[in-house]
Amino acid sequence: MRENLHRFFRAARGAGVHVSPAESIDAMRAVKQVGFSHRAILRDALLLTLAKSQDEKLALGDCFDLFFSQPEPRQHQPEADDNDDASQDADQTPSLSSASEAGEGQPSEGLGPLAQMLLSQDRNAIAAAIASASGAASLSDIRYSTQRGIFSSRILDAMGLQRLRDDLDALTATNPSLAERLRGALDALREAVRDTVSQGLALYAREEAENLRNEILRNAPLARIERRQVAEMRALIRQIARRLRERYSKPRKRQRRGHLDVRRTLRRNAAWGGVPFLTAWKRKHRDRPKIVAICDVSGSVAQVSDFFLLLIHSLHEVVDDVHSFAFSSHLIEVSEILEKKSPEEAMAEIMSKVGFGSSDYGSSLVDFEKEFMSTLTPQTTVIVLGDARSNNLDPRADILRRISERSKRVVWLNPEGRLAWGFGDSEMPRYATFCTVVRQCATAQQLERAVSDIVATYQ
Amino acid sequence: MAEQKASTSIEAVESGLAAQGYIASRQIATAVYLSQQIEKPILVEGPAGVGKTELAKAIAAWRGMKMIRLQCYEGLDEAKALYEWKYAKQLLYTQILKDKLGEVLGGAQTLHAALEQLHDFGDVFFSKEFVEPRPLLQALEQPGGCVLLIDEIDKSDAEFESLLLEILSDFQVTIPELGTVSAITPPTVILTSNSERDLGDALKRRCLHLHIGFPEQRLEERIVESRVSGISQALRRQMVGFIHEIRSLDLKKLPSVSETIDWARVLVLLQATELDTEIVKDTLNVLLKYEADIEAATPQVTTFIAKAARSNVFG
Repeated sequence: MRENLHRFFRAARGAGVHVSPAESIDAMRAVKQVGFSHRAILRDALLLTLAKSQDEKLALGDCFDLFFSQPEPRQHQPEADDNDDASQDADQTPSLSSASEAGEGQPSEGLGPLAQMLLSQDRNAIAAAIASASGAASLSDIRYSTQRGIFSSRILDAMGLQRLRDDLDALTATNPSLAERLRGALDALREAVRDTVSQGLALYAREEAENLRNEILRNAPLARIERRQVAEMRALIRQIARRLRERYSKPRKRQRRGHLDVRRTLRRNAAWGGVPFLTAWKRKHRDRPKIVAICDVSGSVAQVSDFFLLLIHSLHEVVDDVHSFAFSSHLIEVSEILEKKSPEEAMAEIMSKVGFGSSDYGSSLVDFEKEFMSTLTPQTTVIVLGDARSNNLDPRADILRRISERSKRVVWLNPEGRLAWGFGDSEMPRYATFCTVVRQCATAQQLERAVSDIVATYQ
Repeated sequence: MAEQKASTSIEAVESGLAAQGYIASRQIATAVYLSQQIEKPILVEGPAGVGKTELAKAIAAWRGMKMIRLQCYEGLDEAKALYEWKYAKQLLYTQILKDKLGEVLGGAQTLHAALEQLHDFGDVFFSKEFVEPRPLLQALEQPGGCVLLIDEIDKSDAEFESLLLEILSDFQVTIPELGTVSAITPPTVILTSNSERDLGDALKRRCLHLHIGFPEQRLEERIVESRVSGISQALRRQMVGFIHEIRSLDLKKLPSVSETIDWARVLVLLQATELDTEIVKDTLNVLLKYEADIEAATPQVTTFIAKAARSNVFG
């Protein structure tokens, strides 16, 4: 049973629950107290000792249910069953008599253990054999769905498939009807093993598969991901947001020792004639990032803007205030829409208001200067996300210059590769003069790095 | 056999807590049982007012042990949580013992000799008599064991968590001048958190993690039954049904068990026999603590009462 618990811990890790050796020891001790007989209590005990948050409890609960639900080995064909029952009473019809003879008495002799087990239809024995064979074949090492075939055959080999084949060959010559039954039973066994392997894959390989998929997704160009992947990408972006939050939302502890703040000390002790009873220390003041995001939502950039806005607006704990603006031919403020609605609805509304037009950077910048210049403070980071393709209209780079003069930094994120900048109608080089940083931002990974760097400058 | 014992013991915990007026779900009872058996603290998380603090009180009352409570807040430190030197007493004693000290040191010719003699004295002024034990140290010093409630740990600073680690895993604290103080009887430790901030992994690892959510309807009815006397079964069922409907709304602060109990008391005081729109609207401020929430809930009151009444008929 301890072996089983160890496998369960592995499965739990696969399900994304962090199980350290110390926790597994605790779980063992708890299980020793409550025993295995009451499944519900066992479940509670494992949930209490292993899972450390509500999310983990849910994941672990599912994992527990999956792990302790053994797939039932398949019944043989029903008529074979009937034969068996009938044969136990007496021989009735000549056609059945051979089968009944085969079912009971002699045939066991000279057959391998697996064949005997299959013929006797001892379901518990078969399940136990599959379980121990999966142990021998180290099913818990399965990582990818492509390995299913090899693990199935390994398990069958461990159960003695070779011997069974020999038996089958021998029987086909001597006792065809029994051979037929055995063949049916073997098919059922194969199915049961396949189920076991699929379950093992679901249990042990989830983490690996997810990592692989996320890795691919992280490096996929955001602008061109398929519709069915949008939801996964949103989940990934949320994950990134959580990581950034954890990294940067540490309490901003003020420095309490170090340099004496002479001015404040004197002022504070004025009542005692300047004798410094109370000291005041110089403090390092750290601001939270203030961000103004200006996003192009025309055509191909829209998808990237969508993910970017989702990321920025999930960083509440880290970022003090965010003002977001979206534009294609003209510019509107979208912060409120993003705060109030779900990401899907918000994006749909933004798109219906300004989306999908042909982009005009010049007039959008004019809109910004006219109405929203006052949102900029010397602590603000302005992030512009767009491909800087202005359809040969006036880029009005002079407005960007004024924006950069009023703010702390201007960061331009361009979904296009560096090579394309400046070619065709791209105005990137002209804008780049007034930007603190210009970087490519086409994949989730680049997006994470860009946002992480922006937040880090405030730490 | 041990397994049989375990399930009966868990039932015993449940009934023991019930005798103190705390209706525990099986999960809570399992946690309490396990924490006792493998000597681990319980970290209780969940929304405000679901009975996290009550649980500690109920355990203390059930086992007949003293409960020591440490309320956490920002800026809580060692001196307030663990121990403090009694400076005033130390000063007073040095003053009183001045002559005595003079006598003792009188014989010494040189400064060095005086120092030697002072060393023989030992650290009289840094001994147990001058330590003022704060809740954590008190808990370790209880001869019969106790229930130590560390309330709202998420309100304290991250540094304070590290201070707790030694106590939580080994039930001991180290005081530099005195050495290590181990618990006479390991206390039952309950930590509560409203998840205002994420707790450190080190702390979580040392605890059993118990999440108490809003109870199911049946359980909540039983809780009301045990806490509020003189409320009819029909009204009880109806009001709990109503509250479950309210919880399905998107509110700033959902009503929790403590609000249910308060509301039941109010209804009993107003001598209500069944819910009607009028009385619910008048007493909604007992359930909901924000003006915006009350505004959001008011239009739904009639429908919810109808729904609660219907479930009453079929349930």
